[in-house]
Amino acid sequence: MNPTLHSLLQFLQTWWVELTCGVVIVAVVPLIAGYVVLVERKLMADMQARLGPMRVGPHGLLQPIADAVKLLIKEDIIPADSDKLIFWLAPVISMTAALTSMGAIAFGPSFQVARDINIGILFVLGVSSLGFLGIILGGWASNSHYSILGALRSTAQLVSYETAGGLAVISGLLLSGTLSISGIVAAQEKQGVWFIFLAPVAVFIYLVASIAETNRAPFDLPEAESELVAGYMTEYSGFRWALYFLGEYANMIVVGSIATTLFLGGWLRPFPNVHWLNWLDYIPAVAMLLLGVYSIYRAGKQPVKVQTGFMWAVALACFATAAVFAVPWFVATLKFVIPGLNGAFWFLLKVAAYIYVFMWLRFTLPRYRFDQLMHLGWYILIPLAIVNVFAVGIAMVLEALGWSRWLALVPTTIVTLAFAALLVRWHDRRTESASTASLAQDSYAG
Amino acid sequence: MLDSILFYFFAGVAIVSAALMVTRRNAIHSAVFLITTLLATAGIFLQLGAEFLFIAQIILYVGGIMVLFIFVIMLVRLDVALHHLRFRMKNLVVILVIAVLGAEAGGIIYYARSLPGHGLFIEKMAQADKLAPNSEKLAQSLFHSYLLPFEIASVLLLVAMVGAVIMAKNKKGTEDS
Amino acid sequence: MADTFQDDALRNHGTLLGADELVLNMGPQHPSTHGVLRVKLKLDGERVRGTECVIGYLHRGVEKIAENRTYQQFAPYVDRMDYVAAVSNGLGYCEAVEKLLNVEAPPRARVIRTILTELQRIASHLLWLGTHALDIGALTPLFYCMREREEILKIFERYCGARLTTHAFRIGGLQYESYDGFEKDVERFCNDFERRIQEYVDLLTGNSIWIGRTRNVGVLNAADCIALGASGPILRAAGVKWDLRKAQPYAAYDQYKFEIPTGTNGDTFDRYMVRIEEMRQSRLICLQAIENIPEGAIMGKVGKVIKPPAGEIYHSIEAPKGILGYYVVSDGGTQPYRVRVRPPSFINLQALDKMVRGHLVADVVAIIGTLDIVLGEVDR
Repeated sequence: MNPTLHSLLQFLQTWWVELTCGVVIVAVVPLIAGYVVLVERKLMADMQARLGPMRVGPHGLLQPIADAVKLLIKEDIIPADSDKLIFWLAPVISMTAALTSMGAIAFGPSFQVARDINIGILFVLGVSSLGFLGIILGGWASNSHYSILGALRSTAQLVSYETAGGLAVISGLLLSGTLSISGIVAAQEKQGVWFIFLAPVAVFIYLVASIAETNRAPFDLPEAESELVAGYMTEYSGFRWALYFLGEYANMIVVGSIATTLFLGGWLRPFPNVHWLNWLDYIPAVAMLLLGVYSIYRAGKQPVKVQTGFMWAVALACFATAAVFAVPWFVATLKFVIPGLNGAFWFLLKVAAYIYVFMWLRFTLPRYRFDQLMHLGWYILIPLAIVNVFAVGIAMVLEALGWSRWLALVPTTIVTLAFAALLVRWHDRRTESASTASLAQDSYAG
Repeated sequence: MLDSILFYFFAGVAIVSAALMVTRRNAIHSAVFLITTLLATAGIFLQLGAEFLFIAQIILYVGGIMVLFIFVIMLVRLDVALHHLRFRMKNLVVILVIAVLGAEAGGIIYYARSLPGHGLFIEKMAQADKLAPNSEKLAQSLFHSYLLPFEIASVLLLVAMVGAVIMAKNKKGTEDS
Repeated sequence: MADTFQDDALRNHGTLLGADELVLNMGPQHPSTHGVLRVKLKLDGERVRGTECVIGYLHRGVEKIAENRTYQQFAPYVDRMDYVAAVSNGLGYCEAVEKLLNVEAPPRARVIRTILTELQRIASHLLWLGTHALDIGALTPLFYCMREREEILKIFERYCGARLTTHAFRIGGLQYESYDGFEKDVERFCNDFERRIQEYVDLLTGNSIWIGRTRNVGVLNAADCIALGASGPILRAAGVKWDLRKAQPYAAYDQYKFEIPTGTNGDTFDRYMVRIEEMRQSRLICLQAIENIPEGAIMGKVGKVIKPPAGEIYHSIEAPKGILGYYVVSDGGTQPYRVRVRPPSFINLQALDKMVRGHLVADVVAIIGTLDIVLGEVDR
């Protein structure tokens, strides 16, 4: 056989899993991001006492497809004096960074593209931060003074909160002792507890930092339509804008995955080590079954035939998933699939919960002004994150000296919380006493 | 086989990007090609088994330093400044420098091949896939043997940061960062 | 922006702006100017050094039209000025002409007018709250406020057939009798409303982001308010307890007990608190009013042709946006000689320059929102 063909086949044989995962990520994640947008719109509607998209497809389910088609067939407008290469490149960078960083994320014990690299978390953090380049270049390419300003502001915000987020991640890494993703989850399994209980302050800091990093409310000033300075996305229309938008939602999924892996136990079920809770392993199948039954119950209550049909289809999908979860229990040869499937279920559930918190905060809270945003990041979040790293480090030292992990972490967490309370009080006093007319210093220099 | 393909790909991208970077008229284009060069170099690091260097290159160089470069290029209107600079002997100097450097590099490569071990300091290189995890080894040496330089470097960075903040504040009328 | 700002500045001020100053145009079409308002901001970096409002994009010559319509024909035009609170506009105009005619609306008409006007005040404040919160970034209160406002608009629709430009009142009283179930509807709304106000307060009042965006933003103290002629919630938030419903009672306001909420600082947060409290007080007025609507005629002694004796009258009421005044001059004919409207939004808008100086660009949106202007009234 031709040697090059032989080596090609060998290459495919060794790497087919990774290649498939890669193709799946690039093909499926934008679609999933589109549906995350739909979920957000429906959730927003629910919290605002209305229904959300209902027209396109049953219950608005085809809305993302309709939006994608509309954006694709829109006229491609490029500003007259803009830099064509950069204008084309910027959204591509944004989307690519988000998708590439998904490569190292593990959805289950053996579901990842890059086979468990040593620097897992660092890879995800580093590559997803390449998205900032997409924002800056996008603002530049729009050739408008205000777009550049908006892009610079957005990047300044991202960089500031990336520092705080990174410090929060360090606390989690201290607890796990390794950078690799499967190592972190294995550490949580070995210690029998999710790291959110060991380092709750770190989770909170990471939550706030990740909201700011994905440009979500309440930190979405660069994107807000009612602000005067146009954001970096203004001149982008049609599919270029869709790339930015999908990149933002893919980034949300990435950030949710980091938080899940590091703090929420990754693909572990709750109480992974407690044997008498092993019946929790049946939950994925049972949950999908119950969801299917509930869908059939709701199908009976729908006013319109189309919606009844839709609910039946949902029920069918739930039962199919339940079957996928349940069948390996009964077929001996398929038993090896169980940890993977269950793991994927728990992982996606946790990421969904994390993203739900993002959306919930978006609909509830008003928007921070830019100087208040920077003040929050530099004056409150970063000091708190640094103190948290110290606290967890001290707890590790105490543990090395013989204390149990819990005993070491509880007092240090209390100290960190006390420091946080002090910071918040100082911040409130400062806000009350400062009137904007008397703010002499430049509030933009971090 | 896969190794060579990847290496030649990364190396090719690095060289072509570097060449494009120095020949562009538009400063932002140059910056973008510098980014590509750095990413390709990072890929070569990864191939050599230095995964921490790979990610450090991406986070610090591309994600930090290049972002800074691009900020500066955007805020300083270089195309306005460029109109004032007319250095007529530019091409001659370029050719001269390329000739000298090329002769040196060519000479080194040619003569080094005849030395044992191809002239490299280390005769027997480590196998990339048998190396111990990079980050741990790096961290150990950084915090044990090289602790003092590490601390000095961090103090230097702190000084630089404080200086930058002070310089930014003193300027009247600079309100956007 | 066809002309550059330098040309514009030369034309208007005769001097070029300083080298560091930048003029930012918040154009007539902007999501946050609540209408077609053009605001030219003179910026120094991020801080606003001055503003210039360009108005007139919605000028329809309403006051000139008045000279060519009979008194009854002009009444629908009045709704279109402050189209958010049409009922109040109608009340002011009808009462002004009634004063000219020396006719009083019967007690039943006065009470129903009061109820409808207070409901309109609640509706206007709800719209203000929703859009103001939306400008500051809170997405949800808008929909909650619209939900409540919908109930009020349904009551209006049942009463007079229209939701927005209602033409609810007639000169001399009312045209339509209150419908069956009017009291029940109003009572049901008022009973529900206290809980809803609590929802808004829960969402916004204690929220540190909201406080950070509104405290000490757009401060207008009492002396400045009075000097500029600002009225309504703006004046009351500065600490001046001046409300025409108590100071110069009209309609049936002297029969009811209610408080006048005031603030202390005169900042955006105080204006927000004052308007929320005003909604509560309006609700109390409505509840008191529906308990005891007097029976009787709904139309006073007004003939088919309205020909007030020659003379002039100035009558002002407390509209949701401020003091709304009508200066009607009659020459004895069927058409007024002159109708001049004192629009609260127009006069409050003049305070924008004072309130915005020294603030950041991002605050301008909040300050324009807190003034609660309606361009229909500003431009007429």
